[in-house]
Amino acid sequence: METLAMHISNGIIDGPVAAVFAAVALVAMTFCVLRGRSDLDDRLAPMAGLVAAFIFAVQMLNFPIFTAGVSGHLLGGALAAMLVGPWVGALCVAVVLVVQALVFGDGGVAMLGLNITNMAVLGTAAAYLLIALLLRVLPRTPTGLGVTAFVSALFSVVVAAMGFVGQYWLGGTTDLGGNLGGLAGTMAGVHLLIGVGEGLITATTVVTVAKVRPDLVYALRALKPAAPAPVPAVGGVR
Amino acid sequence: MIGVVQPTPPSLDVRGVRYAYPDGHVALHGVDLTVPRGERVALLGPNGAGKTTLVLHLNGILTPTEGSVRVGGLAVSQDRATLAEVRRRVGIVFQDPDDQLFLPTVAEDVAFGPANLGLRGAELAARVDEALAAVGMGEHRDRAPHHLSFGQRRRVAVATVLAMHPEILVLDEPSSNLDPAARRELAEILRGLPVTLLMVTHDLPYALELCERSVILDAGRIVADAPTRDLLTDTDLLTRHRLELPYGFTPTPR
Amino acid sequence: MGAGHAHVLYRESASPVHRLPPEVKIVAMVVFTLAVVATPRTAFWAFGAYALLVAAVAALARVGPGWLLSRALIELPFVLFAVALPFLGAGERVELLGLRLSEDGLYGAWNIVAKGTLGVLASLLLAATTTTRDLIVGLDRLRCPQILTQIATFMLRYLDVLVGEARRMRVARVSRGDDPRFLWQLRGFAAGVGALFLRAFERGERVYLAMLSRGYSGRMPAVWQGAGAATAGQWLVAATVPVLAAGVAATAVLLT
Ligand SMILES: Nc1ncnc2c1ncn2[C@@H]1O[C@H](COP(=O)(O)OP(=O)(O)O)[C@@H](O)[C@H]1O
Ligand SMILES: [Mg+2]
Repeated sequence: METLAMHISNGIIDGPVAAVFAAVALVAMTFCVLRGRSDLDDRLAPMAGLVAAFIFAVQMLNFPIFTAGVSGHLLGGALAAMLVGPWVGALCVAVVLVVQALVFGDGGVAMLGLNITNMAVLGTAAAYLLIALLLRVLPRTPTGLGVTAFVSALFSVVVAAMGFVGQYWLGGTTDLGGNLGGLAGTMAGVHLLIGVGEGLITATTVVTVAKVRPDLVYALRALKPAAPAPVPAVGGVR
Repeated sequence: MIGVVQPTPPSLDVRGVRYAYPDGHVALHGVDLTVPRGERVALLGPNGAGKTTLVLHLNGILTPTEGSVRVGGLAVSQDRATLAEVRRRVGIVFQDPDDQLFLPTVAEDVAFGPANLGLRGAELAARVDEALAAVGMGEHRDRAPHHLSFGQRRRVAVATVLAMHPEILVLDEPSSNLDPAARRELAEILRGLPVTLLMVTHDLPYALELCERSVILDAGRIVADAPTRDLLTDTDLLTRHRLELPYGFTPTPR
Repeated sequence: MGAGHAHVLYRESASPVHRLPPEVKIVAMVVFTLAVVATPRTAFWAFGAYALLVAAVAALARVGPGWLLSRALIELPFVLFAVALPFLGAGERVELLGLRLSEDGLYGAWNIVAKGTLGVLASLLLAATTTTRDLIVGLDRLRCPQILTQIATFMLRYLDVLVGEARRMRVARVSRGDDPRFLWQLRGFAAGVGALFLRAFERGERVYLAMLSRGYSGRMPAVWQGAGAATAGQWLVAATVPVLAAGVAATAVLLT
């Protein structure tokens, strides 16, 4: 079974560009830790850890795109942004990428900065900008929320893929000449398709969560005039 | 005060505790409960009675809307130093050991509490060994919690709290999900511990086995407080509060 | 599908590689990978030398070639990308097997396959010889920011718990006749994802409450990093591989 994923492996982008993006990723993550702390204060470690485990677990559950043969897996950036906010969301996706690179050999260690920039930073940022925009114009109904989640997830996957194209343009190890446009087109096409899957899953997931515990959907909380603090569910497994 | 013997304050003194969740749901309607030092008390009640909510008041995780809680004479408040001392005195073992055991090895998890109290080095290691020995898990100290059986995990969860030398041990549904052997082993361990015990459960035989006294909490109120055997032989009372003896189990009245 | 046990890569053994402290293995792996990436793609002999180094370490660690190669399939998506390069690449064209291919693209494909594979093999060797817990300890000793190692610790601890819950929910769904085959039949899958998130989040809250109950006040007490850190000797032993690799890379750069 083929798995379409965007973990750039070693040797695709040259060293200097990879180093620059490692620095970009480091700065972005530092910023996310600071903002994440103001969202969650001393709950940051356990909550972000569980959300990261959730993203990782969902990534392990491949979903079929066209019958058997090709499957994609969730990147989770938009989902995380929607549920736990852009800062904690990006942080969780980044931790997942680091662990996947170190523990599972998924994605080159030398390309970690590039992967974090694309999937954790660009993907989540693009998603959250769209979420913030759409939730202001769309009605606050399950449909409105679902559409927001779908569009922002689709868009975030394509943006993350375009991040790769941009990095390739800056430091690809093979000169594609006029074919870079072809690469961009292919990547956009394939990821549009993956993005539809990502969008459907993100939308259904967010709507499911919003039905049961709307207080847990960060996007609904943060973009509402009065944001009540969430109260822990103390009653064990409810 | 000369010539007067100062009685030791009760381990737990709950007075008129009322609690409403932020969504308006009132979970506790004025609860009174006193547990003298050294006693073992079972807190019985059906699902949703407010047992876990009450437990979370005992160490200041939830703050009562009305009423007060004292632990060994110390009033629970949100003041940082008091809260730290209260959380040392009240050891809560949560229902799911996976919630309690979050570190990579058993020993680290048991060390977490005493390390938060400031213990380090040999003193810390001694606490860990002592607590693990008390629950018979000494030889598993370097294993990963998720590689242990459920019963072993629950025993380690008890150890994580014992390592803090609590004044009172509070267990939320300690016998749930245990097979009969693990259930019995845990009972033997709990019976041997020299601490005050508050055991939340709806496992009535377990309450009878371990606790001389029981209280029944239903819909946020204490509705009965008597020797366990007396409560369990009052079938009307049990039925009224959705408590059931397992089939074939009939305690004999004294 | 694919929901394997999260610690499956670790291979229990007492080999000399297993016994090295984690921090030296992490540094060795990263330096080795950087040396590989920095090597000019036309220095074919250098990649042969790296492969020999990988094989030597694998033999020392008692990790078999079959295991390594089957796990290395993880990089397949980018091998596909590499296959496209000879067709997409610019510049000189060469005739090969009746196809007109870009010479630069062929080199590019080789570059990706060689460096990608060596990188994956190095990561796999690290993962096969180091438990996830030791990897975190190693990162900690390398002064990785605590908040990241803590998040990673929680993540690895609860990954199995969540995967187990996901699998049980999936079995329950499939037993009720759901057979997700097409993109547009993902409703059941996604509803399961929603339920999984709720479980993960609420568990996070309960874990946090349990931590508070044991006196957590926002800082994890550092109690376990002290003992067992690498000695100078161990650093020297582990340095052999990256130093050799760096030497090969430097020679390759000078020769091309
Ligand atoms: N976070 C919460 N917000 C609102 N109500 C809650 C919350 N947690 C628990 N409850 C409600 O409070 C009541 C008591 O719950 P709980 O203390 O968990 O009961 P028990 O432990 O006895 O089964 C229940 O009706 C439960 O639904
Ligand atoms: Mg309960």
